[in-house]
Amino acid sequence: MEASVLIFGLVNSATLMLVALGFSLIFGLSGVANLAHGGIYLFSGYVTWMLMNYLGVPFLLAVPLTIIIAGVLGALIYWVALKRVRGLHLSEVIATFAVGVAILELFRWMGFVTYEFTLPVFIKGSVDIAGVSIDYQRLLIIGIGLLLAFALWVFSRYTKMGLALRGMAQDEYTALSIGIDSDWAAALSMALGSAIAAIAAISILPLGIISINMGYEVLIMALAVSVVGGLESITGLVVASIILGFAKTITGTYFDPKWMEVIYLFALVLVLAIKPSGLFGKFKELEERV
Amino acid sequence: MSAKVGYRKERLDRGIKARTDDIFAISTYREILYLILPRVFVIAGLLIFPLLGDFTGVYWQNVIVITCTIALLALSWDLLHSVGLVSLGQAVFFGVGAYITGFLAQQFGLPPLVTIPLATVFGALVCTMLLYPVLRLRGVYFGLITFALPLLFMRIIETTKVLGGTEGMSGLPALPSIAISLYIIITITLVCVFGFQRLFETDYGLVLKAIKDNDRSVIAAGFNISWFKAQAVFIAALPATFAGAFLTHHYQFVGIPAFATDYSILPLASAIVGGPGSFFGAMLGAFLLVPLSELLRDLGTLRIVIYSVILLIFVVGLPEGLYPYLRRKYFQFERVVSMELEEGGK
Repeated sequence: MEASVLIFGLVNSATLMLVALGFSLIFGLSGVANLAHGGIYLFSGYVTWMLMNYLGVPFLLAVPLTIIIAGVLGALIYWVALKRVRGLHLSEVIATFAVGVAILELFRWMGFVTYEFTLPVFIKGSVDIAGVSIDYQRLLIIGIGLLLAFALWVFSRYTKMGLALRGMAQDEYTALSIGIDSDWAAALSMALGSAIAAIAAISILPLGIISINMGYEVLIMALAVSVVGGLESITGLVVASIILGFAKTITGTYFDPKWMEVIYLFALVLVLAIKPSGLFGKFKELEERV
Repeated sequence: MSAKVGYRKERLDRGIKARTDDIFAISTYREILYLILPRVFVIAGLLIFPLLGDFTGVYWQNVIVITCTIALLALSWDLLHSVGLVSLGQAVFFGVGAYITGFLAQQFGLPPLVTIPLATVFGALVCTMLLYPVLRLRGVYFGLITFALPLLFMRIIETTKVLGGTEGMSGLPALPSIAISLYIIITITLVCVFGFQRLFETDYGLVLKAIKDNDRSVIAAGFNISWFKAQAVFIAALPATFAGAFLTHHYQFVGIPAFATDYSILPLASAIVGGPGSFFGAMLGAFLLVPLSELLRDLGTLRIVIYSVILLIFVVGLPEGLYPYLRRKYFQFERVVSMELEEGGK
């Protein structure tokens, strides 16, 4: 029992982290609360499916193609919509919310809701760890999650581009004065965040069928993790994923599985009410409440 | 040195607008009509509509009931927006009102005359208390929490099976007749739109507006802004919970759909399309979008895509909205004037 809680807790944590990385990256770097995150996530899943089933593209080629398409979509959302309302946080939120709902409901209307919509797993089969049977895909999610978090940590600290983006997030005017183009940085962060959402979608969606409501759920998960962990810290993100992932697993194992999804919403509301900057958020503490 | 001559548009108040600005200046019927005609047009149009029941048919009467419901939610959104709180989940107010009415009607068998007012006031109180802890949040955080709340309620009702669970509560007492329903909701909508407009012209409304513009200077002026925001949430919740309570009796049913995304995104789109900040705009938006959505009923969920796209176009391209545009055309005229350009100027 304990071993299964531990292993599935880890899997759930990694899933949460993957889902939240893209959202948190965009918010941390460009300050845009990208409520289209769920839309982009599902969009990537369906694009992979369409590439494979309509165009017959092999899976290994469909994956990088999807990631690129999602990145382009993210940058496009920025250039077409967000650029014009930049700085007006409320308009940004409404605009991305509208984009997200539009994408999700468009797929619902197109009838992408039946059981045939599944993505293949990377490696079939499962393995026994400490008496718990677990499939390779779930193990891969843990690996991909850790790898991405580490890659982002390196990117944001040790590459020029990452440093430029972080500079922009910390003080836009100073960053502008030393020659960082604000629009370019924001579009890039949107593209990166969307590409990461696509990676998350491709690794997580094979575990079940793709359904539209997943899009809203993913957004809630991403919001919960980012808010609990604090919006600009990768450490916070990892810790929050672990807390929520294990909370979810423990609820599912020892209480009623029905309560599993409520946990996120509950955590989200609780943290926003008590400490809106999250467990690890620092530099926005003064700005977000009066 | 020859200065280049360029042209620009200049906007000026119409003479009649300038003359009617001051109540003492009104002397002719023409000026009086200029002032009151738009209002009379709206009020009379809405009050006469229920009388045309034979001509319009029950279907469109129902559409107007729903339109007014959405208009009330949009007015509620607009009031919150005017205090600087952007709600992405008007459904939470709607649902709370709806469920309280349903509960009162089913458990205690109370008639609509009692349940609707009770649910309106009590629901608004509940919403205010729910949101009170997060009123200190600024910017997007309030939006995030209102986005999450209806989903949370939906899940809790689904999971715990309280209040009818996924089945909802049906067979609730109906309102006497469609004409009476129409009159009730139209009157309430008109009272709200003119009342809110008036509220924001008072000193009290000035404080609320100031909170949106610069909350810190309002604090510095010695106002307790949390308390003011709480009051604003209460006032804003009233029309929305009323809408929920009313529609519950209209449909004789309340269930999880009361927290559905439709009740969040339609009011939001209405208010944005009509022009946020002017309550007439929110109403205008609802009266454009809801009948439009009825005409597009065959399209299924594509309608939500259409609203979202309209919402996006307006929020990005025409943030001013329709109502301020119409208002400007009514009060002002434009003319082209010449101006001297400096050397190298545009």
